[in-house]
Amino acid sequence: MSGASVTGPSRRLKWAAGILVVGYALITLMPLLWIMATGFKTSPDSIAYPPKVIFAPSLEGYVNLFTTQTRQTADYLAANPPQTWYEKIVHDRGMVITGTSRFGERFMNSVIIGFGSTFLSVVLGTLAAYAFSRYRIPLKDDLMFFILSTRMMPPVAVAIPIFLMFRNLGLSDTHAGMILLYTAVNLSLAVWLLKGFIDEIPREYEEAALIDGYTRFQAFTKVVLPQAATGIASTAIFCLIFAWNEYAFAVLLTSGTAQTAPPFIPTIIGVGGRDWPAVAAGATIFLVPVVVFTVLLRKHLLRGITFGAVRK
Amino acid sequence: MAEVTLHEVSKRYGATVALDRVSLTIADGAFVVLLGPTGAGKTTTLRLISGLEAPDGGDILIGGRSVLRDTPAQRDVAMVFQQYSLYPHMSVRDNLAFPLRSPVLRTPEDEIARKVREVAEVLRIEGKLDNKATALSGGEMQRVSIGRALVRDPQLFLMDEPLSSLDAKLRADLRVELKRIHATLGATLLYVTHDQIEAMTMATEIGVLDQGRLVQFGTPREVYESPVSLYVAARLGLPRINTLPAGLFAGAPAGAKTIGLRPEHIRQGEGRPAQVLRIEPLGDQTRLHLRLDGHDIVTLTDVHTDLEPGDSIAIEPRNALYFDATGARIV
Ligand SMILES: Nc1ncnc2c1ncn2[C@@H]1O[C@H](COP(=O)(O)OP(=O)(O)O)[C@@H](O)[C@H]1O
Ligand SMILES: [Mg+2]
Repeated sequence: MSGASVTGPSRRLKWAAGILVVGYALITLMPLLWIMATGFKTSPDSIAYPPKVIFAPSLEGYVNLFTTQTRQTADYLAANPPQTWYEKIVHDRGMVITGTSRFGERFMNSVIIGFGSTFLSVVLGTLAAYAFSRYRIPLKDDLMFFILSTRMMPPVAVAIPIFLMFRNLGLSDTHAGMILLYTAVNLSLAVWLLKGFIDEIPREYEEAALIDGYTRFQAFTKVVLPQAATGIASTAIFCLIFAWNEYAFAVLLTSGTAQTAPPFIPTIIGVGGRDWPAVAAGATIFLVPVVVFTVLLRKHLLRGITFGAVRK
Repeated sequence: MAEVTLHEVSKRYGATVALDRVSLTIADGAFVVLLGPTGAGKTTTLRLISGLEAPDGGDILIGGRSVLRDTPAQRDVAMVFQQYSLYPHMSVRDNLAFPLRSPVLRTPEDEIARKVREVAEVLRIEGKLDNKATALSGGEMQRVSIGRALVRDPQLFLMDEPLSSLDAKLRADLRVELKRIHATLGATLLYVTHDQIEAMTMATEIGVLDQGRLVQFGTPREVYESPVSLYVAARLGLPRINTLPAGLFAGAPAGAKTIGLRPEHIRQGEGRPAQVLRIEPLGDQTRLHLRLDGHDIVTLTDVHTDLEPGDSIAIEPRNALYFDATGARIV
């Protein structure tokens, strides 16, 4: 599209709309930008009043996030000069690094559990949605409603039975347990979303492939899947966002090995005073995977608009 | 290529009888056109032959062998769909190559390239091979979907109103093209349409469908000249056959209720006087709209006729068709 058409919005209207959108985006992104900035402040700067908009950036928060530290005497500090830039940051505050913190581990747990359950939800969801869309299934509508109904209760309502079940099955605080749980929760959403997308793909495409000598499964992988890419991408993003941010089950069912980042980050607050820069740094890093994932898939999201070589 | 036979084939969808005991033989190398209005059962016939649906009764034979137990892939037929013809996520080239890459054919890539080029040339889409399927005009899309059938060498081509969405000029071009392809490949074709011109110009045989029943099957000439019923007579011929009460002219056989007068069945200059209502010059022909005893009649006249609205002209039937109360032809 180029130029203004008679029926299209005028240039001035486009400008006004642009300013409105950018302005709204700035307002909603403000807390996020503030957190990101806080991650690069020193502890005193982070709680300064009035709040500092301009400040000398520091990696203190990030160093604190990834390390454990202890206070040392001036003599000890003088006798052990810092070897690296991060040791120096700690050193300057009268501390020494005693080891790495749990954040890296917890973050990896989030990655494994988040992406693992997203992958499972999308794979199972696509297969189930295809079956619901294409085959004659007895009680189809009731089954679809049943699947949705698993999503109707708030997590707390099922927390205790799941807690007991996990304990009996030995799934408490395991990656497998959390992946299964998030998959179970996400699957209803995945099936419903994907069924909508697959319903939109005309059967004629698969039928043409069948006649052209392909098996039903090949028709599914070569014809249906590529055309469902938009739906699969958006479903995957929804599933990942849920699993990534989930807090209630994570608090209840994980404590060590499989603890994800959301229940871990608040615990930073308690370690050695209110370390807001470290919390902000953790929150910032925590945002990255979902943002990257969404940006990577955005091409597929946009493709939905130009969907279909339909002759009408 | 092979002979294809339908024997007493029936198909029901719930309460709708889509096909009712249809028997039909498509000779090896024939170009059979099934003609019928929307809902007559044309698409259903093709879906049953291709194996996308199973009949409720009857048998379907390809090359003398029943294929009812075969999958669509095993039946070795190619089909051009009425709609949704191309895979939108593939280029034109990949669309054309798709059938050749199937596990059934497993064509080597160099041969695929050769065949795709050949077909693209025939259908004049060489320049579009690397386009995305979505970046084509309707006419190009339809040529590609015909091409996707042509790259194969199947037992039978099935075509479901492939030209119905195209403009008149392209339709005329592709009619000629299909006829030529049929002649050069010696292909067996089953082509369904509601367009009588397509049926008349391309078919070696026409089958006329009426609400799931095959009411007549024969060469275009047979079906045009000796329709078995008023329904069939009304499907072929432009302007449409005039249907008038049998008593309007003398000489109707006993039991005749309706007289069917094709434009060329009306002799001008003798008989009963009719009033000229309108004259419609179409360039290659001129249509004459007449009124006789309150009945409208359309016939053809001299391209440069002197007649004017309000004139009176005597007409009488010649080789008229007569039909009884049920619409069946009286011979
Ligand atoms: N999948 C289906 N479910 C229910 N009825 C159908 C289905 N397919 C076709 N029909 C019915 O069968 C009849 C014949 O349809 P069809 O073969 O598509 O006609 P045509 O192609 O000649 O327009 C119609 O009455 C149609 O409504
Ligand atoms: Mg049809």
